Amino acid sequence: MSTGETTTREVLLCPDGPVLIPGPVTVEDEQGVKHHSERPVVAVCRCGASSVPPWCDGSHKQVRRRPATAVPSPRHGRELEDY
Amino acid sequence: MPAPLPTPRGALTEALSDCFRGRGVTRSVEADSHDDAALALWMLYELHHRGFDEVDDALEWDPALLAVRADLEHDLEERWRDRARHLAQPAQDRVADGEDFAELFFDLCAADTGGESLVRFVQREAEEEQVLALLRQRSIYHVREQDSAMWALPRLDDETKAHLVAIAADEYGNGHPDHLHAELWRRGMAACGLDTGYAAYVDEALPEVLEQNNLMSMLGLHRRLVPAALGHLAAFEVCSSVPSKRMVRGLERLGMPEPMIAYYREHMVADAVHEQVAVRRMLGGWVAREPLVADDALWGAAVCLAAEQETATAVLSSVRDGAQLEHGAVA
Repeated sequence: MSTGETTTREVLLCPDGPVLIPGPVTVEDEQGVKHHSERPVVAVCRCGASSVPPWCDGSHKQVRRRPATAVPSPRHGRELEDY
Repeated sequence: MPAPLPTPRGALTEALSDCFRGRGVTRSVEADSHDDAALALWMLYELHHRGFDEVDDALEWDPALLAVRADLEHDLEERWRDRARHLAQPAQDRVADGEDFAELFFDLCAADTGGESLVRFVQREAEEEQVLALLRQRSIYHVREQDSAMWALPRLDDETKAHLVAIAADEYGNGHPDHLHAELWRRGMAACGLDTGYAAYVDEALPEVLEQNNLMSMLGLHRRLVPAALGHLAAFEVCSSVPSKRMVRGLERLGMPEPMIAYYREHMVADAVHEQVAVRRMLGGWVAREPLVADDALWGAAVCLAAEQETATAVLSSVRDGAQLEHGAVA
């Protein structure tokens, strides 16, 4: 049913994380390859570290996460070694 | 499909089995071990999930059994209020200081819970038999993935409900039964030559695994604990995408069947979405509207983290002992 109104789709830029986009959606990557997803919401990688681009796989937590306290957790350093 | 009736592990589960088969009541029986208590509660909760083969479904609301359940739940909640406090408290203090909820929630989930990582073990050194033993333990949960959290749904305000449904729709296949995460899991189990039946491996389940499942059922079933149920769900999602990637690498290293790798690959991507929706929209939005839910949401998250660590420690110890026995027998 059409209401005659334009639907505005809301996109969320997650701090230190991906961009959330309502699906289904087709994302064209830098090489011109199209990636389709039927999910109700998709998370598109913004940190460049995902192993399944263009989708987010949580890798930003291992490469970009800012320490929230004055003393960085050594865990983050260890995580980096793996990737 | 209902669950098979598990083999009793002590006096209470023996009495419950008799009762489930229509012989006697259980009011005065005490559990004689932690294992016995954990299995007993798992059995009582299973009456609310899918029930058991050849057991009267009316027992779900039997007053005597509900009284047994209430005693076991009281003990479970008391222990985990205590056990998860050291993780929850710093995050609860940051809420009180007015810090950003999503930020502190992700920090909580990145906290070091003090034990060895099960997925790093799989990624780097586990043998195939050890991974199969791990999958059998995990199957207790994965055949009913997300189910306990859905008990929270009718108790939520509209906005929180909408975000929970967005996550759940993905877990339940977005209208395609073939894509249901529990179905992806069954395909993976079948490809590994494992039993795909509901609760097929309950007799092998470690008490820590049963307790981890009991916690989810408890949080879901009690309206009073709904904020904790959603906190648990959000933490579960936050702690899934990166560990799933480690599982994929470990299973690939061992050359294990593609359908099981596909299960974890799906979770790398799906849960990277779910964690953001769960923390920022579902919980973050709810806490902004109703600040009082924050403390229990963070406690629920801390329960998830602490219970996963206990499970990981127990499963690691069990699969390493198993390997030792096997190698010992060969020698």
